[in-house]
Amino acid sequence: MSAGLFKARHAMGPTVRGPALVANDGFSARYDLDRIKGIFSRPSHKLAGRSYVGKVLVLDTAKGGVATAWMLHEMKSRGIVPLALVLNTVNPILAQGAALGDIAMLAGFDEDITAAVPDGAQVEVNPQQHWLKVI
Amino acid sequence: MKLNDEEQDILAGKAGPLPQLALRHQIMVGDFFGAKDFVPVTQAHIMADTESLGEAGVQWLEGLAATSEGQRRVRVPTITDPRGTDFAKADLLGQTSVMLDLERRAIAAFEKLGVAMTNTCINYQTIQAPTRNEHTAFGDTGVVIYANSVCGARSNFEGGPSALSAGLTGRTPRYGFHLPEMRRGTLHIQVDHTPTTLNGWGALGGVIGRIAANYWAVPAIEGIEGAPKSDQLKHFGASMASFGSIALFHLVGLTPEATKLADVAAADLPRHRVGRSDIEALQRSYHTDSEVDVVVFSAPQLSLYELGDLASLCDGRRFKVPLLAVTSPQVKPDSDRMGYTARIEAAGGSVLSGMCFYQSYAREISEARGWKRLATNSAKLVNILGGYGYRPMLASMDSCVEAAASGRLERT
Repeated sequence: MSAGLFKARHAMGPTVRGPALVANDGFSARYDLDRIKGIFSRPSHKLAGRSYVGKVLVLDTAKGGVATAWMLHEMKSRGIVPLALVLNTVNPILAQGAALGDIAMLAGFDEDITAAVPDGAQVEVNPQQHWLKVI
Repeated sequence: MKLNDEEQDILAGKAGPLPQLALRHQIMVGDFFGAKDFVPVTQAHIMADTESLGEAGVQWLEGLAATSEGQRRVRVPTITDPRGTDFAKADLLGQTSVMLDLERRAIAAFEKLGVAMTNTCINYQTIQAPTRNEHTAFGDTGVVIYANSVCGARSNFEGGPSALSAGLTGRTPRYGFHLPEMRRGTLHIQVDHTPTTLNGWGALGGVIGRIAANYWAVPAIEGIEGAPKSDQLKHFGASMASFGSIALFHLVGLTPEATKLADVAAADLPRHRVGRSDIEALQRSYHTDSEVDVVVFSAPQLSLYELGDLASLCDGRRFKVPLLAVTSPQVKPDSDRMGYTARIEAAGGSVLSGMCFYQSYAREISEARGWKRLATNSAKLVNILGGYGYRPMLASMDSCVEAAASGRLERT
């Protein structure tokens, strides 16, 4: 693996470029987000108060319930949505939501992706090639 | 994915546009997880409250429902999770006409698709529990974990779009917990304390969920004493699913796939111990205030037995703060007939039906009613509501009823 290029076993969606928002924490649209303001609202979340809009979210794993499957689609319709979801592991709900919302997603890396990608780094997510690259 | 002849016909549009659209969605998800083929399902269960759907989701449903009659109905029994309101109690919740109109539109669309509006997250207690090895496409994490673990059925978490797709095609991608090898335990939990209260069972589920913390993890649990009741396992599983995104657990000697540990787990699994102090610590972590604005029993919806217990605790009391008890449309008429509803409401409480608190515009309810400090016996609910701006507190049903009467939640 070349430096700054990380291969994922699971991938879907379009190729995108943008700033990474990184934390070793979980993700659930219902549990963690104020979807009106476009920020992480759960007080105990490591990204609490930070905007996720237009960001490549790099997080550890999916949390919680099934609502995210609808919510990603709803967030996309208003443009208050992450650019891509990149996680060490996902549950079916995130994949189903990304499929409906046509949102780029990668999951399943050989390394802890939250430790490998610097917060704020510009990254490219290429689901067709199954990789994330730090630009 | 390998498609059989029928599935190739569906994909080609020979069964109509809706099954074709649904199968395309399912193939995307199946390919993502490496599913080799599809497995037929007997029933589907859709989570589709309108806070989650939004205007975009409702329009999407209405687009499906606009398909011509005869080409738009689900193929297998397909039911719904709680709605975003109880229309009869919307004023109590401070819900707006915009919210209610959106709900009505979603319901109308589902009905055109042939979906049965059961509006329940306890369908395994009220509609039809699945049987061992029955493949289903269930939404609501609490439903999935109960069906997989207690009933021995086979389901992944199916979000609304995927559950509806399964209803329309009668199948789902065969990956995850449809596969026997994925149902093996991945960690061993030795429990040193068996709770007696529902909040205790929920807290235990929360502790285990935090340890497992991954959808693909399967806790194999030993040490539970006696035979847990359905309501106890309901709170246990719903909380574990909420805290950890867990879809399957085994209770050795109790749940159907785990007559003995070796049935579901290798000897060298990672081992963890969970004791009374862990359960109490989780509960204490949510006791952040002594004043209470509202008491809520919900998530999951209450069974008839829970409502009976609640009615007994309400007798002779007069509440200072609102108390909401949320149940299913199947249980509510029985609660009315048994007099439970009247006894709860005589104390100043309210019994709501067909919704669940956190699925009913919880943030807007908080803003409209000024409810921030919320007491409940649901570990799942306290785990969810922090992100909605609440200060949720976890306590026993007895303590919550006392809090409704006094306005204060005593530390235990």
